[in-house]
Amino acid sequence: MRELFKLTIVLTIICSAAATALALAYNLTKEPIAYQQRLKKLNAIRAVQPDYDNEPDKDFLDLAVAKNKKGGDITTRFYITKKGGAFTGTVFTVSVSGYGGEIDVMLGVDPDGTITGVQILNHTETPGLGAKITEEKFIHQFNSKNLSNTNWALKKDGGEFDQITGATISPRAVVRAICLGLESFRDYRDEIARESKG
Amino acid sequence: MGFFNEFIKGIWRENPTFRIVLGICPTLAVSTTVLNGVGMGLAATFVLLGSNVIISLVRNVIPDKIRIPAFIVVISTFVTIVDLFMAAYAPDLHRALGIFIPLIVVNCIILGRAEAFASKSTVWMSIADALGMGAGFTLALTLISAIRELLGNGTLLGIHIFPAAYNPAVIMILPPGAFLTIGILLGLFNYLSNRKST
Repeated sequence: MRELFKLTIVLTIICSAAATALALAYNLTKEPIAYQQRLKKLNAIRAVQPDYDNEPDKDFLDLAVAKNKKGGDITTRFYITKKGGAFTGTVFTVSVSGYGGEIDVMLGVDPDGTITGVQILNHTETPGLGAKITEEKFIHQFNSKNLSNTNWALKKDGGEFDQITGATISPRAVVRAICLGLESFRDYRDEIARESKG
Repeated sequence: MGFFNEFIKGIWRENPTFRIVLGICPTLAVSTTVLNGVGMGLAATFVLLGSNVIISLVRNVIPDKIRIPAFIVVISTFVTIVDLFMAAYAPDLHRALGIFIPLIVVNCIILGRAEAFASKSTVWMSIADALGMGAGFTLALTLISAIRELLGNGTLLGIHIFPAAYNPAVIMILPPGAFLTIGILLGLFNYLSNRKST
């Protein structure tokens, strides 16, 4: 009985010391981590839609753009960019399944629904093959395209985008993601533009 | 044995990766680029140093029956601290290493050194042991990841070494490349140490 008591006390002391150290470390790093995350978000936004002087990470609109298999809403967050108070476009993320898992594509569009930039935020495609979707050569070909001036498919599928040697599924998924994104922007453009005035 | 001897044994005679063959899981997984390898090595070294010092300080107060839970609490505290500080001050490295930072908790090298060395030795010797083992682990990771990055991507630390015409052997940065590299290096190290002892 006395031994059990001793073991409990020792473990409790060790755990309390560990908890104190962790609380200290958490407090020290809380602000730098929040700052890094905001910086990352703003950098990603600037990379696809540089034409703004507001704070798009605080000026956004959540819209239910589609339904998932269970009938629940799939919500997309549209970050609104403005310059001198005028609506210059929006930045949002579309997720599709690629070869190795979800691919998160961030795209920026101007108020007419023309692409200002594309970035691959997260992916788990095969290194050296599908992972080439992150290369500039591939993602830059989407700039200044929109739904009406472009046939949204890879060249080998009869469209106009260069494919990647050795990978079919990954680039196809990216093209589809961007096309889906442009369609949801077209459907909700008026709501987003209205929000930008509010 | 002096401080220097304890330090040097971790680098060659008892190298954690090539002689004791512990902690192979993170070694296989993150050694795709030199930066990741060095980052993982330094993070593990820091945890090893912290846990060895604390455990050797309290080695006479901790009852034998609860030593393993006590060690794990100490180790996981240091791992969480590393995780937080990396997220705050080295976000790119933090993202690249991902899940393998929290997994340092279950890295056998660290618990192994706590159990086999720090719980029986003075603080001073435990520091030597931690630095030596950490250096051995970091050097091993650097060697493996340099080979993999060079052959699999044609670069070292992101700088192109081979001419652009070099067609990288992508397999080297995929999981099989990790097994190939480590297998061949293990054989080489065994050969060298056998020759030395005869």
